[in-house]
Amino acid sequence: MILQVAGVSKRFGGLQALLHVTLDLPEGRILGLIGPNGAGKTTLFNVINGVYPPEEGRIIFNGEDVTARKPYDLARRGLARTHQIVRPLNDLTVRENVMVGSCFGREDRGLAEAADIAQEVIAFVGLETWSEQLAGNLNVAQKKRLEMARALAARPYLLLLDEVLAGLNPSEISTMVESIQKIREQGVTIIMIEHVMHAVMNVSDRIIVLDYGQQIAEGTPQEIANDERVIEAYLGDPRLAARLMEQIDEEG
Amino acid sequence: MAILEIRNVSSGYGEVQILWGVTLALETSKLTSLVGGNGVGKTTLLRTIMGSLKPWEGSVWFEGQDVSQAAAYDKAEMGLILVPEGRQLFTDMTVAENLEMGATPKRARPHIKRNFERIYEMFPRLKERKHQKAGTLSGGEQQMLAVGRGIMAEPKVLMIDELSLGLAPVLVLQLFDVLRQLKTMGMTLLLVEQNVHMALVVSDYAFVLAQGRVELEGPSRVLAKNEHVRTAYLGL
Repeated sequence: MILQVAGVSKRFGGLQALLHVTLDLPEGRILGLIGPNGAGKTTLFNVINGVYPPEEGRIIFNGEDVTARKPYDLARRGLARTHQIVRPLNDLTVRENVMVGSCFGREDRGLAEAADIAQEVIAFVGLETWSEQLAGNLNVAQKKRLEMARALAARPYLLLLDEVLAGLNPSEISTMVESIQKIREQGVTIIMIEHVMHAVMNVSDRIIVLDYGQQIAEGTPQEIANDERVIEAYLGDPRLAARLMEQIDEEG
Repeated sequence: MAILEIRNVSSGYGEVQILWGVTLALETSKLTSLVGGNGVGKTTLLRTIMGSLKPWEGSVWFEGQDVSQAAAYDKAEMGLILVPEGRQLFTDMTVAENLEMGATPKRARPHIKRNFERIYEMFPRLKERKHQKAGTLSGGEQQMLAVGRGIMAEPKVLMIDELSLGLAPVLVLQLFDVLRQLKTMGMTLLLVEQNVHMALVVSDYAFVLAQGRVELEGPSRVLAKNEHVRTAYLGL
């Protein structure tokens, strides 16, 4: 197992954002993490990569207990992530942004080597023509690719992708999905949070569904799409509709 | 006859396109629902209809007139009213003052007294609390107040974004009952609702959005039996 999340709970004041979340992720897989707005998906990422320590539970990464270790420490150990709201260093060039990922990543590269790695990763995500541009000048789709390039330059074992498809047009989505598949082929394990359902259902080996901070289902995409609790989480409680129907009937 | 028509509308924020050629129409005096998963563009569509966002392409027609470029306040004057998601009440004003704020369109002013009575009859809780500040109300009462403020505007078309979100079942049923009363009065309604089953029970016609496009549409009774509604949400 590259990652084990064991009984993780996280609370913000009165809000139980995560409750006893448990998952085992074997190497080389793509795990989709879905759920309605506010389900706790990004919070789970934040706990896994050390932004927040959990109140309960452990994070085991590569066989080592890394619970509450800091994000920079985890980056050194091979855990990289992207952010839902892209966070480029706007006043650096695309190349420099990606070099930052490499310098603070798993392989602890110096500047010269980081530049080589950046060049390779930039080519992989298709940003070559933009590599000397300031990151602030990129459009949204390009910023998403930059976000991914910076994470990849850290040479992670495990990559957390937070809504990399949001805001992309259909052709940009299919290019991005291809990139995700290629990253996996290179041996990187991936967890992706995604609302573009047809994409996450097609690319994931397994899916975990969170709702109000709890894991309500885990399985293959096919199993998930037919799971009663998942359907209810997305489409709403059918019993309430039945009561409404009765109410309408009573009134004639 | 359609009172509101959205023709091939594309729209979004900055350079992020959310809606991709959406076409839909609201029949006069009918309740239409708009459903779909997270981030598919429901609220963006309402904002584009209302005019707080302008369509990038396509047009919005209200009572046979192209209103694509009209400002939100002009649309409110015409009788196109939105009850926004998250209620957006004036929390430091009383219940009665919030309701009165709803009656700013000229066409609403002659009916202030009647509409106050109507709303207090529909929502006795609001009457009991009319001198209380809106910020001190419960979530359900705030939603009643938001809907009430919309009714005060004397709408021809009332659009409600996320009617039942986060509310207890009893309150949800009560709010849906009010929707049916409004329809009986001849109001045209557009309901954005996260509980698809509820939306399909209460509405006459429904549109299912997925990835910024209309994925399915039809009479609600028919859609309630359509397996593709689930696949539109879950992608498989």
